[in-house]
Amino acid sequence: MSPTSRSLLDGENIVVIGGGMTAHRLAESLQQQDPDGTWSLTVIGDEPFEPYDRVHLSEWFAHRDAGALAMDLEVWQDPRTTLITGDSVAALDRKAGVVTTRSGHQVSYDRAVLATGSWAWTPRAEGTDLPGAFTYRTMADVERIEEWVRLRGKALGRQVRGVVVGGGVLGLEAAAALQSLGAAATVVEFTDYLMSAQLDQGGGEMLRLLVEDLGMTIRTGVGATRFLPAGDGPVGTAELSDGSSLPADVVVFSVGIRPRDRVARESGLAIGERGGVVVGRSCQTSDPAVWAIGECASFDGVTAGLIAPGNDMADVVVDRFLGGERVHSRVDEGTKLKGVGSVDAASFGDVNALGAGALEVSFVDPIHRQYRKLVVSDDAKTLLGGVFVGDIELYAALRPLLGRPLGADPAAVIAPDGGGAVDLELPDDAVVCSCQNVTAGTVRGAVTEHGCTTIGQVKECTKAGTVCGSCVPALTKLLNAELEKSGVEVSDALCEHFAMSRAELFRIISEEDLGTFSEVVAAHGTGRGCAICRPTVASILSSLTGRHLLEGEASALQDTNDHVMANMQRNGTYSVIPRMPGGEVRPEQLLEFAQVAQDYGLYVHITGAQRLGMFGAQLGDLPDIWRRLVAVGFESGHAYGKSLRNIKTCVGQMWCRFGVQDSTTMAVKLEMRYRGLRSPHKLKFGVSGCARECAEARGKDVGIIATHKGWNLYIGGNGGANPVHAQLLVEDVDDEHLVKYIDRYLMLYIREADRLQRTAPWVAEREGGLDELRRVIVEDSLGIGEELEAAVQEHVDCYEDEWKVTLEDPEQLKKFVTFINAPGVADPDLAFVPERGQIRPAGEADPITYHDPRAARDAATATPQETR
Amino acid sequence: MSDLVDVCALTDLEPERGVGALLGGHQVAVFRLADDTVRAVQQLDPYSGANVIARGLVGTTRVAQDDGPERDVATVTTPMLKQVWNLETGAVIDSGGKPKKPLAVFRAEVRDGRVLVADAPEAPVEA
Repeated sequence: MSPTSRSLLDGENIVVIGGGMTAHRLAESLQQQDPDGTWSLTVIGDEPFEPYDRVHLSEWFAHRDAGALAMDLEVWQDPRTTLITGDSVAALDRKAGVVTTRSGHQVSYDRAVLATGSWAWTPRAEGTDLPGAFTYRTMADVERIEEWVRLRGKALGRQVRGVVVGGGVLGLEAAAALQSLGAAATVVEFTDYLMSAQLDQGGGEMLRLLVEDLGMTIRTGVGATRFLPAGDGPVGTAELSDGSSLPADVVVFSVGIRPRDRVARESGLAIGERGGVVVGRSCQTSDPAVWAIGECASFDGVTAGLIAPGNDMADVVVDRFLGGERVHSRVDEGTKLKGVGSVDAASFGDVNALGAGALEVSFVDPIHRQYRKLVVSDDAKTLLGGVFVGDIELYAALRPLLGRPLGADPAAVIAPDGGGAVDLELPDDAVVCSCQNVTAGTVRGAVTEHGCTTIGQVKECTKAGTVCGSCVPALTKLLNAELEKSGVEVSDALCEHFAMSRAELFRIISEEDLGTFSEVVAAHGTGRGCAICRPTVASILSSLTGRHLLEGEASALQDTNDHVMANMQRNGTYSVIPRMPGGEVRPEQLLEFAQVAQDYGLYVHITGAQRLGMFGAQLGDLPDIWRRLVAVGFESGHAYGKSLRNIKTCVGQMWCRFGVQDSTTMAVKLEMRYRGLRSPHKLKFGVSGCARECAEARGKDVGIIATHKGWNLYIGGNGGANPVHAQLLVEDVDDEHLVKYIDRYLMLYIREADRLQRTAPWVAEREGGLDELRRVIVEDSLGIGEELEAAVQEHVDCYEDEWKVTLEDPEQLKKFVTFINAPGVADPDLAFVPERGQIRPAGEADPITYHDPRAARDAATATPQETR
Repeated sequence: MSDLVDVCALTDLEPERGVGALLGGHQVAVFRLADDTVRAVQQLDPYSGANVIARGLVGTTRVAQDDGPERDVATVTTPMLKQVWNLETGAVIDSGGKPKKPLAVFRAEVRDGRVLVADAPEAPVEA
């Protein structure tokens, strides 16, 4: 990727005017592409911070902490790079090749890059300069808004009433931010509907219903004409163009941005008609030594207000600096609403079907608050645009198809449950990793041009999948498809130590009756394994032999979670989550649970799995905590394992007026049967007592819904990053058959699935799909039904509570120690802070922290904390 | 120059697992390998900031040598976000796409059935 010999830039001074996201991108990209160049780079930004993630500005309100928006700071550690913050460039002297900052600092340059961004426009109206009126653009803005709402609320002694002027993406984000601060929010939008620059009228109306559900008040078709002060001076009232007025203790303007081009203008560079420094496809301005990127640059007469074109421009400039010929082009990026509760809205292309002959196909469901529209060419073949409100699942799949054949009937694509029918190869410009904004083309290029052959190499090369990781399955598919195309045999090797897949290894271990990792790796692997194959082999051995997973050599195979039977948290402490089958817990158990939490200063939380958890337990305390829990009849909840977690249920026929079967008893029975069963991934069940489906069973690996005649069994559902509805396997079965079919299904999955493959993709990718599975499970077409049931029964017969067994074994207890040479000493680096009467791990920004969690908790109860 | 400190008996350690130790100001992760030799690196996981390296899984990876055939070297994987290091040198083997952050290595040996670990890290090696 990088030039091998001398860099074209050697000895040159580069100055970047502006310290925002594109400046960061340029610095990062230049360092990466020219690691050995001897240039020097100076970035001058007027905000008093390192460049931060302005795109996610609204997330500041969730954390009230600038750190939440931090971008990689290592960029500024590079000795060739200087970052100046809190100072701005006042003048650009192109003749002398020198920039002068407001503080009088001068930097000479060989190449200058303008990256000054834009500023938030405020309408020309009386009173926009009153205290309490803000724009919504910078970290300073959001900090000031937070402070104002807090102090104004105290001064007024009542809820603060906010007005946001502008109903676009940022305006709605600002309104949500005001709500998160406890203020009421009214959005005033001059046009007829919300997000009018991105959505059509129908989408805008649906969005209105959604944000009104969040408690916002929406006024469309009116403008704010004047702002009047309250009795004590700050803004108090907003007058609207229809003659009405609104109480306004705080006003936020979000009516658009303008390029910051003053320095460029004064230096005599060409400026676009609608503002912005004119650049060509190379991002050079009218002076070839000066370049411009991001929102301050006018390309084809337009300034962009999104990060993606800005990043592309930064990449173009770096490429050109190093002798490349990359050009900038503008693609329709589409727009997505973010940071407004759980409200989703997104669009791309010709949303209003303005093109000649364009046809619109829409689906409107005001009850479920969904709106989907596709705009297609007159022959209904080419996709020209799309609007999605309420449910935007299709947006990511369809946006890359803009201007291309849709490949399906548009009505079928947007019909309820119709999206699944569309399974198209991702085009090169489809964004696969939205965290790092990496396209399918870039991932393919990593394989074809940079020779990546493993997912790790693809991650390192493209940065895709390195933030949240939810796109890794998609990356893997792309990688394998590319490798296959280029004739490389795609390896389904588990890892470098085993050349076969998990399913194949399962078969080998089972057939050869191998009992230990050493035997397995000696016969079929290399070396001593790794963090991938060791737990996989442990899981297979456990499924096959039902042996305690810490017995003998198996102990060294387990990830720390399985090793100490607790789930590690971000600071190295653990969670303690006992099983509460069917969501039931007895009062005397609850008393002891509470007392343990009290005694150890643990954080108590009702988990997403219908049971209670304690967080913050230290390694050395786990045995004592569990001894007390086991004494009142609790057992391990396997919240740490790739195994059955819990079975969610309702109270069913036992208590509920609508229940038609005893779902709770069924859930308890099933949880006791499958508890501790090791599997390729975690397993979740749901049992609902009637068709109202309160247990959300269809979102689980095993979903059971009561009918008047018995049970309906659904399989292959999950929540998580890619939710999938479970599909109906069999209807109206009795208790006995229900258990029989679940036995067969689970054991088949355990045998066949890949490592970390959940049931949904296993069902989807299995040859013959659901119909074939039904033949195997229900009709027993392979004649293995009894064998599968017997394997489950063996597990049930051998089951022992792992914690109970461990507590009785002094050898096992030895490992619950933080320091082998200082028993009883806790990790001195652990630090906690009070939060809502309990504790949480301390962060870097916390000024006062406590080593002892009990002290942190007591500090919380002694002095009620102000809302952070 | 560092001094070797007696930390525990070899039999106090499980084969192919690690344990934390406190050596003066340092938190150290000490591992017993399958061949009953020991290794020690810093306990702090530089990616997560938590003291958890000793709780990671050990294994091996095959590396090419400058001269001679490939060989297996011992590795550890952090339980937090699964980065992998060479236990001999502290060098990063798999950074998960993040910048490479090596571990400090502490000299460690077994003498008369006791595990001895240096109380200060060795000079860092080139990653």
